[in-house]
Amino acid sequence: MTEAYIYDALRTPRGRGKATGSLHATKPVSLVVGLIDELRKRNPELDQDKIEDVVLGCVSPVGDQGGDIAKTAAIAAGLPDHVGGVQLNRFCASGLEAVNQAGQRVRSGFEDLIVAGGVESMSRVPMASDGGAWAMDPETNFTTSFVPQGIGADLIATLEGFSREDVDAYALESQTRAAKSWADGAFDRSIVPVVDRNGLVVLDHDEHVRETTMEGLSGLKPSFAGIGEMGGFDAVALQKYHWVESINHVHHPGNSSGIVDGAALVLLGTEEAGKQNGLTPRARIVATAVSGADPTIMLTGPTPACEKVLAKAGMTVDDIDLLEINEAFAAVPMKLMRDLGFPHERTNVAGGAIALGHPLGATGAMLVGTMVDELERRDLRRAIVTLCIGGGMGVATIIERV
Amino acid sequence: MSENMFRWEADADGIVTLTMDDPDASANTMNQRFGEDLAATLDRLEREKDSVAGVVLTSAKKTFFAGGNLDDLVKYTKADAQKVFDQSQQIKGLLRRLETLGRPVVSAINGAALGGGLEIALATHHRIALDAKGSKIGLPEVTLGLLPGGGGVVRVVRLLGLADGLMNVLLQGQQRAPKAALEAGLVHEVVDSPDELISRAKQWVKDNPEAAQPWDVKGYKIPGGTPSTPKFAANLPAFPANLRKQLKNAPMPAPYLIMDAAVEGSQVDIDNAGKIESRYFAELACGQVSTNMTRAFFFDLQAINKGASRPEGYEKHTARKVVVLGAGMMGAGIAYSCAMAGLEVVLKDVALANAEKGKDYSKKILDKAVSRGKSTQEKADEVLARITPTEKAEDAAGADLVIEAVFESPDLKKQVFAEILPHLAPDAVLGSNTSTLPITGLAEGVDRPEDFIGLHFFSPVDKMPLLEIIRGERTSDATLAKAVDIALQIKKTPIVVSDSRGFFTSRVIGTFINEAVAMLGEGAAPSSIEQAGSQAGYPAPPLQLMDELTLTLPQHIREETRKGVEAAGGTWVAHPSEAIIDRMVELGRKGRSSGAGFYEYDESGKRTRLWPGLSEEFGAATGDLPFEDMQERMLFAEALETVKCFDEGVLHTIADANIGSIMGIGFPAWTGGVAQYIDGYPGGLPGFVERARILAKAYGDRFQPPASLVEKAEKGQSLRGE
Repeated sequence: MTEAYIYDALRTPRGRGKATGSLHATKPVSLVVGLIDELRKRNPELDQDKIEDVVLGCVSPVGDQGGDIAKTAAIAAGLPDHVGGVQLNRFCASGLEAVNQAGQRVRSGFEDLIVAGGVESMSRVPMASDGGAWAMDPETNFTTSFVPQGIGADLIATLEGFSREDVDAYALESQTRAAKSWADGAFDRSIVPVVDRNGLVVLDHDEHVRETTMEGLSGLKPSFAGIGEMGGFDAVALQKYHWVESINHVHHPGNSSGIVDGAALVLLGTEEAGKQNGLTPRARIVATAVSGADPTIMLTGPTPACEKVLAKAGMTVDDIDLLEINEAFAAVPMKLMRDLGFPHERTNVAGGAIALGHPLGATGAMLVGTMVDELERRDLRRAIVTLCIGGGMGVATIIERV
Repeated sequence: MSENMFRWEADADGIVTLTMDDPDASANTMNQRFGEDLAATLDRLEREKDSVAGVVLTSAKKTFFAGGNLDDLVKYTKADAQKVFDQSQQIKGLLRRLETLGRPVVSAINGAALGGGLEIALATHHRIALDAKGSKIGLPEVTLGLLPGGGGVVRVVRLLGLADGLMNVLLQGQQRAPKAALEAGLVHEVVDSPDELISRAKQWVKDNPEAAQPWDVKGYKIPGGTPSTPKFAANLPAFPANLRKQLKNAPMPAPYLIMDAAVEGSQVDIDNAGKIESRYFAELACGQVSTNMTRAFFFDLQAINKGASRPEGYEKHTARKVVVLGAGMMGAGIAYSCAMAGLEVVLKDVALANAEKGKDYSKKILDKAVSRGKSTQEKADEVLARITPTEKAEDAAGADLVIEAVFESPDLKKQVFAEILPHLAPDAVLGSNTSTLPITGLAEGVDRPEDFIGLHFFSPVDKMPLLEIIRGERTSDATLAKAVDIALQIKKTPIVVSDSRGFFTSRVIGTFINEAVAMLGEGAAPSSIEQAGSQAGYPAPPLQLMDELTLTLPQHIREETRKGVEAAGGTWVAHPSEAIIDRMVELGRKGRSSGAGFYEYDESGKRTRLWPGLSEEFGAATGDLPFEDMQERMLFAEALETVKCFDEGVLHTIADANIGSIMGIGFPAWTGGVAQYIDGYPGGLPGFVERARILAKAYGDRFQPPASLVEKAEKGQSLRGE
């Protein structure tokens, strides 16, 4: 059977997603072009005529990120005219979705070499800039019990009995691991510094990581108590989860994913394409799955997605060495670990989005790169990459080092 | 065809005054004639446009225009959707022609302009309202489960913006006096006299020959923005959420569909916005909830306020002097309501200090009204001066009405009546504000039981509109007629029921609470029970309500009832709630007043959370009851008890059942009342019977539909008898 191999995985550092962030003065398309340039540089035998498509996740595809940023980046990077570009949106899993779709196209035998990834400049194009009926159309909003994700995260914590101390302790560990990863050079292979048009370095490290203490975290105010009360969203959630008397609002900026700018690319292809282009396979895609759960609580999709991808692969969690789950909010990985019975020691080993940030459309592809790196560094075999997603979805992918 | 209901009078300046005067009705409504005559009038205006300088639209009736034709609206079913949509579109098309005539059109609003009336006025370029007494302006459609389908949503949004239009006009259906309507931006001018009304209107026509609607002027933007405006869009997701919070997810579609029509319509041109509005209007007009609410809040309420349950043949009675016995919370409230209606009030208690404290209750309410500008100090003083607090029976001299509101003890009641009787006018009405004690028994304590009647007020009396009048076995028709007159005199809505323990309201509400409490023992999560009540549309969640009422009250009533049943040779069938209530009382958790109940309370008496011990004590939150069953058990328990009240001759009219249940005991408004709930249930009365049997199988024989109901179902009848 045709396999889908991962030949390379690159990412930009993550800049703080606001005007004071280092990447705010860099266009989102430039983030992608910089990675395409590096991809060519690192793989000198890569015949770019053989690249068939550029598949990029982007969650707010308007303004600077609008108009099919994937093809725009392909043109801007000087890829041959026949190389396509498609932007897709599966909310927070868009980057992983891009990798999965590329992997599926390769494995189907229809195509041979695809660049997948994602980009999001959250400082340039704020979340929700693209509107959408779910939140913005009252009829849809009402009939589907829409509430913002943070309310769902707090509801998960309430239902699971995660206290404020529990989620803060998780957040602290994420920061500790991220700092250690940087100190150990764990990201060296993937990180591509962002440079300006003169070649001057704009950013070469993840700038959202910060020194954190439990005391510092405990002083932060819950982010969603206000909209829960004033916005009416607690009431909406509790009308559905009627057995819960009230929501314990435990999430705040210190234990939720950081808002950042960044991009990532993954090069996928067949064994044959690899040989022709002088590429060495690093991992293969074993299985992919998309699933979903209740859209109101919104963030419990990873569990059914992981169960589904394991079943597809004919595996159990015992066959998995590392688990990488996007840290949208601390309660999300905590719940998944509990549901799967997977230990924290082998989950998000390099630190996660609480410390590093979550550039929406790019994150999934970044996590794939992190897992490829970590499997190699730790000499392990398999990892699951998964993310919780708007609308209650979950996407999961099993990769295996080769 | 007879003459046009739009009377056409052109003056020397070419200004045409159109006076609406439906020859077949006392008020102008959006009936078939309206549509035809408006079309003919518009044809003529367009034809003779060159000689028309402008138009003044007014009415020959007391009101400007009364709105939609509810006789038709209440009958529509899903099959009528096309017809309703077409009618809505037709009216909109006509009103659009009026506002784009190319000549200034002014509404001279001489009286109430509600619903369709305001919609017509909104389609004119300028609105001048006469400050007529009792005149109201607004779009109250939402209160009948409808939306303004004659362009009201579309134009209010364009006039005031989405946020203000929804909050201040559309979602609550506020009815405003002309000056308040001016403040809200619904009218442009308010004048004091009818002459001024027309002359100002004509002057405006002369001053504004180029008048056009703001939304027809190039560059117009909806005030405050639309979903494509980032600042507005940021708050938009919270609009439906806050509405849900406020309405507790009760099945009341109108407010939501109004919001939907408003927001969707703001994103397209006015004609397409109108089409969107018509679609939502047709859905509501053809739906069950608007039928329910229109029946209850328009037809049933109208029947009651016309004295439908009042015996005929008795002259209208006006009470002059009332003695209120007992100056507790109820007595104080009754004294206030009577004084407000102009009665001379003697507020008697055993001690003068108590009576004075009771009078203070009125003072507090009046002070508040004055400070809020709703009354004047002079008026407040007048009302207060009518209340005489006393401990002396002789102050009752010549009173033609007694309302006794002392503790619920037959002996005490007998004693206070005996004390006061010698001082009253010989034919004074003897009323008792008991909520449960049989009137026939209490009447035995006086020497003229034919004058004795139950006048059951609801707490707080100054806010609750209902008066449940209970006719004892020996109460005369004359006394009943007087009681109905007195109720209307003090601005209460009277329902008339016959004597029985708990009468209608107390008896029926008990079944609701019992059902909720029983669910605790079946493993339901306490908060699910509360949510089931709220989401069924009850104004207060049942366990919370129970804590407010105090658990010993239903316990006491139940014991009395049990004794009564057993004394009559019957067998008492225990309700599963009884053991739970008994245990709660035993634990000292008697409700809010005891500082603990189904909820926990802090030192200040504030409710903090549901008592976690409910799980351990009763097994609450250990099971999984279907949520829909939980909601329907509450509604069905009350509906079935109501049927029994009909069977036993306690209730006599559907209107009394519906209005009494909504206004007295918080039966959900969307149902149109406890009787209409049965008729409006999916599948009608037969559907209700079928569902009751399913509930009986699952939850106990108390849900078995009574034979009378089964019989009606088999005959394909409704409870209302249609």
